[in-house]
Amino acid sequence: MLTIAKRLVTVIPTLIGVVIVTFLLTRVLPGDPAVYFAGPAATPQSIAEIRQTLGLDRPLPDQFAHYVNDLAHGNFGNSLSTGRPVATEISSRLPASAELTLLGLFLAIVIAVPLGIFAAVKQGSLIDHLCRIVATAGVSLPVFFTGLLLVYIFYFKLGWSPAPIGRLDAFATTPPDITGFYLIDSLVTGNFETFRASLSQLILPAATLAIFSLAPITRMTRASMLAVLASDFVRTARASGLDTRTVIITYAFRNAMLPVITTLGMVFSFLLGANVLVEKVFAWPGIGSFAVEALIASDFAPVQGFVLTMAVMYVVLNLTIDILYGIIDPRLRLEA
Amino acid sequence: MKRRDFLKSVTGIAAGAMVPAPAIWSSARADARSETLLVVTEGGPNNLDIHGVGTNRPGYEASWNCYDRLISHETKTLPDGTLSYDRDKFKPELAEDMSVGDMSVTFKLKKKAKFHDGTPVTANDVKWSLDRSVSVGGFPTVQMKAGSLVNKEQFVVVDDNTVRIDFAKKDRLTIPDLAVIVPGIYNSALLKSKASEKDPWALDYTKSNTAGSGAYKVTSWKPGVEVVYERHDDWVGGKMPQLKKVIWRTIPSQGNRRALMERGDADISFDLSSKDTSEMKKEGKLVIISNPIGNGMYSVELNVKSPPFDNDKVRRAVAYALPYQKIMDAAMFGLANPLFGGASNTVTDIAWPAKTGYVNDMAKAKALMAESGVSGIDTTVSFDLGAGDICEPIAVLVQESLGQIGIKTAINKVPGANWRSEMAKKSMPLMVNFFSGWLDYPEYFFFWCYSGQNAIFNTPSYVNPDMDALIDGARAAAAVGDKEKYSRNVEGFISKAYDDVPRIPLFQPFLNVGTQKNISGYVYWFHRQLDYRSIVKA
Repeated sequence: MLTIAKRLVTVIPTLIGVVIVTFLLTRVLPGDPAVYFAGPAATPQSIAEIRQTLGLDRPLPDQFAHYVNDLAHGNFGNSLSTGRPVATEISSRLPASAELTLLGLFLAIVIAVPLGIFAAVKQGSLIDHLCRIVATAGVSLPVFFTGLLLVYIFYFKLGWSPAPIGRLDAFATTPPDITGFYLIDSLVTGNFETFRASLSQLILPAATLAIFSLAPITRMTRASMLAVLASDFVRTARASGLDTRTVIITYAFRNAMLPVITTLGMVFSFLLGANVLVEKVFAWPGIGSFAVEALIASDFAPVQGFVLTMAVMYVVLNLTIDILYGIIDPRLRLEA
Repeated sequence: MKRRDFLKSVTGIAAGAMVPAPAIWSSARADARSETLLVVTEGGPNNLDIHGVGTNRPGYEASWNCYDRLISHETKTLPDGTLSYDRDKFKPELAEDMSVGDMSVTFKLKKKAKFHDGTPVTANDVKWSLDRSVSVGGFPTVQMKAGSLVNKEQFVVVDDNTVRIDFAKKDRLTIPDLAVIVPGIYNSALLKSKASEKDPWALDYTKSNTAGSGAYKVTSWKPGVEVVYERHDDWVGGKMPQLKKVIWRTIPSQGNRRALMERGDADISFDLSSKDTSEMKKEGKLVIISNPIGNGMYSVELNVKSPPFDNDKVRRAVAYALPYQKIMDAAMFGLANPLFGGASNTVTDIAWPAKTGYVNDMAKAKALMAESGVSGIDTTVSFDLGAGDICEPIAVLVQESLGQIGIKTAINKVPGANWRSEMAKKSMPLMVNFFSGWLDYPEYFFFWCYSGQNAIFNTPSYVNPDMDALIDGARAAAAVGDKEKYSRNVEGFISKAYDDVPRIPLFQPFLNVGTQKNISGYVYWFHRQLDYRSIVKA
């Protein structure tokens, strides 16, 4: 408990820095939102009116003071491009991205970890080469290319997958908003049709993300396993006559897990923000595309909210990983 | 073994989930589909109210379909069989009667007109709405000004069902300006209850709720995802639309929109790129409709305030150097009306947009450059990255051709959000730009793009008193109906614009729409958005 509290304290300066930096960055970027929002037939006068309405004519320290005050009250400001509060936007879009990313990551783990273990155990064999090929192909193909290719094959040509039209088909009913995860919400309310519909919409984009994130996970698993399999205690375990499965899973893998978990954490946070392209291809209302659109529209508040949210999530993720470390490897628990 | 079984079963479940639901899940579903329209576009609205701050063009579509105006336009059939609005014929929408006086126009409202919440539409609602349009500032107020609708005092309630609009001055554009999207009629009683001191016009409420009397009302809006409309069954503005429900989905990927259309999973794909249009036309699986965008053109614009383009010989040299046909083919795949290669720069009729007399003539261009005495020009050509798929090929061809007459250009790609501010600065020496005016009259185009008020759209910063005299002369002649004087002035200002050439017209682009074969009733409107009210799904 104390360790967690100590870790949280070190997090505070990071957050303060993030708040200041994001605020300054978005003000320094080119693009005058007042001109954009004054519209097609703007006169300098109407632009000035808009600038005043949006509060962009006050000096920077003033704007910053207002911003910090708002943050303290949970007010992330309003998105000019969608017209809703940023907090509402983020709370509706984050579950969409998280659901997709988690499913994609789950698929990736289910394929990549066993592949990595096999490749390490049977080093130099066909499986090892397959692992190498899968890793290289997955990471070298751009993620939007993989997405479009999957859509072309499985939707356009074969018709197996439903239309890449977003989280849910236009004619299906949205489940009530309990967690924001359609899969969970529809199961909890017993709506199996919606569950099936949202799962079918999820498969292709999750597969796209999985293909992309296979590479680091499988390579890290393989490398880590190789290092562990060469160590003394594994030799001892084998010499003691334990069967192969016990040696590999219970002893070797458990020790090799640490770097894999770190990689998973990094991949997850990377995917969450950077899967903008997948969101664009599959019309997914996620947080990445929201932030990019806001940036292009010189809409400050969502960009700041997004960076802050991502920073906080990354910090929480790191904390979770540190705790997991402690659970997996008691030696690390004592150090902290 | 166990793991493999588990994996197999998971794959099985996943494969099972992938099989899409059969089209007829139940008979109720089948009926719902035949009365629902699914429209897909690249972007969606950021505000459902055109009066809102910074409403984007998709937002105009929501306003158009959910709010009525006093009058609208009739529909006409074009030579190729497609439908378009008729610029010259008005029809009553919310008003049942329009009588034009000398300095005013009086409207009698339809007695059965009801707002979406069931309350009747009265003259007070009309006055409140028109007051709103001239008071909110920004684009809507500027648009009202274009038709000389400026003061609240111009809008007078005569009685519960009658409204009179007094003219500030005689202006031919006043009546057409009442049929554009901006002067929609809002439910003033409802909005007054939602207003506050900081927000007297309830702009916050109308951003995400429709409070009109139009044929459709928005029942659900998820920004960035979809807008769902349902039909207002008490609509009196025209013939009751066939479609009970319209779902407008945002699908950012162009390829996926095309895939959806070709597989029959969407009904209409609006605003197709020229490349998709030309390919889909050849394939013939869908109905593709293209209309030239009225009062609109892509042009190369030259800043005439500072060297080198303040020299008219240099400008004319550029006009002769451009490879017009190549530009049209590269940018529009031939789907545009050429605005070059006409008989002469001096036009003899008032058709607009008009062709210039310029053609691609390198020899002439080089001779003009030599005559001008200017050499060694090093400049930049800028364009709006938001219109990149059209502007980028044009910029490259411009760069290549100008290089041959001694003008070196670097290409400057301006992100969409910054394009307006760059235009406002008026410092770009050379640009590729697009302008189109809602009111399809040449004097309207010239008022915004060539007149001495030096508005944001006068990107060349062209200020010339002779030009102003011609523009004002045309507007004054139109106001009193003097056809002869009008023609003289219009031909005068077009010819002068093409001779002085601060702006080199390239082509008039097309607006392209793709629909399934069972969809009919698409009408081209000046605002270049989709009108759901006339669409019929067989």
